[in-house]
Amino acid sequence: MNKLLFEISREGRIGYRFPENDVPDKALDDCIPENLQRKRELPLPEISEHELVRHYANLARRNFGVDFGFYPLGSCTMKYNPKINETTASNPAFSQNHPLQPEETIQGSLEVMYLLLKYLSELTGMKWGTLQPLAGAHGEFTGMQIFKAYFRDRGEHKRTKVLIPTSAHGTNPASAHLAGFEIIEIPADNRGLVSFEAIEPYLNDELAGIMLTNPNTLGLYEKEIMEISRGVHQAGGLLYYDGANMNAVMGKSRPGDMGFDVLHLNLHKTFSTPHGGGGPGSGPVLVQEALLPFLPVPDIGLQDEKFSWIWNRPKSIGKVSGFYGNFGVIVRALTYLMVMGKDGLTHASEMAVLNANYLRSQLNSLYEIPYGDMCKHEFVISAKKIKDDTDVSAIDIAKSLIDNNIHPPTIYFPLIVPEAMMFEPTETETKETLDDFIKVMKDIYKQAYANPEYIQNAPVHTEIGRADEVAAARHPKVSWAGGE
Amino acid sequence: MAQNRKYSYVPHTSEDIDEMLASIGVSRIEDLFADIPQDVKFTEVLGLPDGKSEYEIEKFLQNLSEKNDRKLSFLGCGMYDHIIPAAVTAAASSPAFVTSYTPYQPEISQGMLQAIFEFQTMICQLTGLDVSNASLYDGHTAAAEAVSMAFQAKKKRKTVIVSEAVHPFTLSLLRTYFNEQDIQFRSLPLKGGKTDFSQLSSLLDDTTAAVFIQTPNIFGILEDLNGISELIHQNKSFFILSSNPMNFGMTKTPSEWGADIAVGDTQPFGLPANLGGPSVGYIAAVKNLLRKMPGRIVGETQDDRGQRAFVLTLQAREQHIKRGRATSNICTNQALAALTTSAYIALVGPMGLEEVNRQSMTKAHYLKEALLALKEVKDVPGPFAYEFTLDLGNRADDFIQRMLGKGFFAGVHLGALDSSLYGKVAVAVTEKRTKEEIDRYVEAAGEILKGDQLNE
Repeated sequence: MNKLLFEISREGRIGYRFPENDVPDKALDDCIPENLQRKRELPLPEISEHELVRHYANLARRNFGVDFGFYPLGSCTMKYNPKINETTASNPAFSQNHPLQPEETIQGSLEVMYLLLKYLSELTGMKWGTLQPLAGAHGEFTGMQIFKAYFRDRGEHKRTKVLIPTSAHGTNPASAHLAGFEIIEIPADNRGLVSFEAIEPYLNDELAGIMLTNPNTLGLYEKEIMEISRGVHQAGGLLYYDGANMNAVMGKSRPGDMGFDVLHLNLHKTFSTPHGGGGPGSGPVLVQEALLPFLPVPDIGLQDEKFSWIWNRPKSIGKVSGFYGNFGVIVRALTYLMVMGKDGLTHASEMAVLNANYLRSQLNSLYEIPYGDMCKHEFVISAKKIKDDTDVSAIDIAKSLIDNNIHPPTIYFPLIVPEAMMFEPTETETKETLDDFIKVMKDIYKQAYANPEYIQNAPVHTEIGRADEVAAARHPKVSWAGGE
Repeated sequence: MAQNRKYSYVPHTSEDIDEMLASIGVSRIEDLFADIPQDVKFTEVLGLPDGKSEYEIEKFLQNLSEKNDRKLSFLGCGMYDHIIPAAVTAAASSPAFVTSYTPYQPEISQGMLQAIFEFQTMICQLTGLDVSNASLYDGHTAAAEAVSMAFQAKKKRKTVIVSEAVHPFTLSLLRTYFNEQDIQFRSLPLKGGKTDFSQLSSLLDDTTAAVFIQTPNIFGILEDLNGISELIHQNKSFFILSSNPMNFGMTKTPSEWGADIAVGDTQPFGLPANLGGPSVGYIAAVKNLLRKMPGRIVGETQDDRGQRAFVLTLQAREQHIKRGRATSNICTNQALAALTTSAYIALVGPMGLEEVNRQSMTKAHYLKEALLALKEVKDVPGPFAYEFTLDLGNRADDFIQRMLGKGFFAGVHLGALDSSLYGKVAVAVTEKRTKEEIDRYVEAAGEILKGDQLNE
């Protein structure tokens, strides 16, 4: 059990020495009127540098990352994060620049952004885009604002409805709602797919568009994508592509060619930038030609070998974040993309799909996989039969994986699969790792029938057991209240 | 049967591939993509460069970085050049934090969960407010989330009053976020570089959900907010206060001003400017707004062995449960950058924050007085902490350009952010600048402003 920073604090302890002030001292009252000065004590911790380093080193010991073991968290693409990305991003000539420096002093950084946009556009079959959104959901919100601006520009104010599959990431409906759209949930058919038939009733002059993930969250490729795409366009609507699952199809199929008008990518998924315990991520948005005028400002222009910010976009939706995006993440993604190259990215998608199908084929005999007979980069197991038979549930299996030094899959999502467990192995895992995992999953299955309590009591090898989440929500304690 | 040496991050040997295909029951990799309809199959060659070794790409990017040009920086406007202690960067560089994701599984994520709980606590300690979250994208989006919270808590009220002395990028972003909603903005005008609060009473009415103020404001001026919260609260509206939190080392904090929601950006605490990101948006609020908070929140609880444990909590607000009815769409936030900023706060402590503020303030006032002594600079409005604004009129761009030639990022021309602020140059001075550097700035500015070199 680690003490909190506040519990190791000791009054009067100093952790860092600043340079001595070398200009003539000035009284506080001469600069800031007394009634604007802070009167309250700041109850912040006071600790030594050594204690700080030790504190975080010990916290780190109590956290699982991709560098420690298999992390098949579905829809999150927990692939290896190459160390070279950290090297290039921490170059002070990149990291120390202020966002409001004169353009001529950031030509190299502008070129980094320009190149990444150019490569991402080619990879997805889109025209151009913006790197400003700071996460995937932020990209979705930006994309939905672009939808809105497009229809406003055309005077089509009736177009307020957005179709979203029930299997979609929760951020999709949340983002569309925030942008002011009405959401119509489209159920999956018995194949786990969105059928043209399901959307047909909504193809009218109230349709703004559809948000789709392809392959979808079941790891299945949407077979009727072209019928859907033609139908939505004929009805005057737009198509949005949630690129969370792009790792399945690089070099194999491009959203632009499927008829998508706007999309976002997650640089922290497909492009290997680290997830950082929940960010910083990056969610670039790319669009087709007709949507270019609505992109956030500023755009990046290239003329006579000079890069510049372009602010003059009268139809732009405006700014979606303070500056230009998570530049540090952008450098990492460009590094990865250029190391991999066109063949490497295609190979990555092929091996991601191979790994997923290999796992699927090995687990299929014991675990129920309700949809599809082939998957892309991920697949979803249902533990419902096991739960009915033994009372061991998806969360119990997840916790048992933890005892085997494996990070659990995404569980209870997508919502259309009961006792769902969504596995995404990624391409950077070896066959040996997959084989070990398969063995663990088989052992857990056997144990569930032979000795269900053992699985229900997992994890036992961790420093804490299962936490009382109900109590946490009922009596929220979201900051340290002092020594009690 | 070796691995293709071109793909060092993808470990499959050709033997692995053959064995795995056989287990699956297909003969070729292409068979795994047979479900992609023919008419959307990509059959061309991607127009991307060929892959290269890490060494070559590192060199390529090193060369690009050398096209950038760094000068002595006096830039602020939301991002500040403070000293970053080595231990702060080191603490946040552990692969255990870097390569993990959102801590959904508390048994193997106590490290990140506790770090976030500590971040939340320090944001509460700094602002004096009761509750906070795991971080937002940046200070500007945090402003939008705060306004959104206010509207959710006052469902029938449809206007927000925003000071014109707020950062122009925040204003622009607020317009983007809310332009599609049935919501109106009312401007609280400027008077001499400050918000004209005498207008507030007449703007407040029963449609006002919130009043949004920034201090220090875009000109660096510390707003006098005495009596403001009373006015706002009498009207049953929320008081949202945006601040550079570094200033809390010296100036009045949001709770002392009676704010209900405090937002801003923690970049000054240990993060390099990085051309604008990653930084961290913070948000803190009074207790009864907890369930309207956006994003991830970590709470303290106990495990089944009776030990203290931290978990993601109040998830019923969030998009993965509530979908279209969530309090926000935030999922991934800025966790690692938040951890960095809390390591900074903990390392320098309350005395360090005071020291940074006192030095930055002293040096900024030293520069201001030296510039005023040149007699070419008009009076600089105040009071300010460590950023002030020069009114250079139509000499602003020329001044910045010529200072660049002499080795300085002399300031931000606010007119470039908002044309109504034409001629105003914001200058920030942190503890990092030495007397010698400031003296050189003054000397260079003197040569330029004395007029003989000006081509107006």
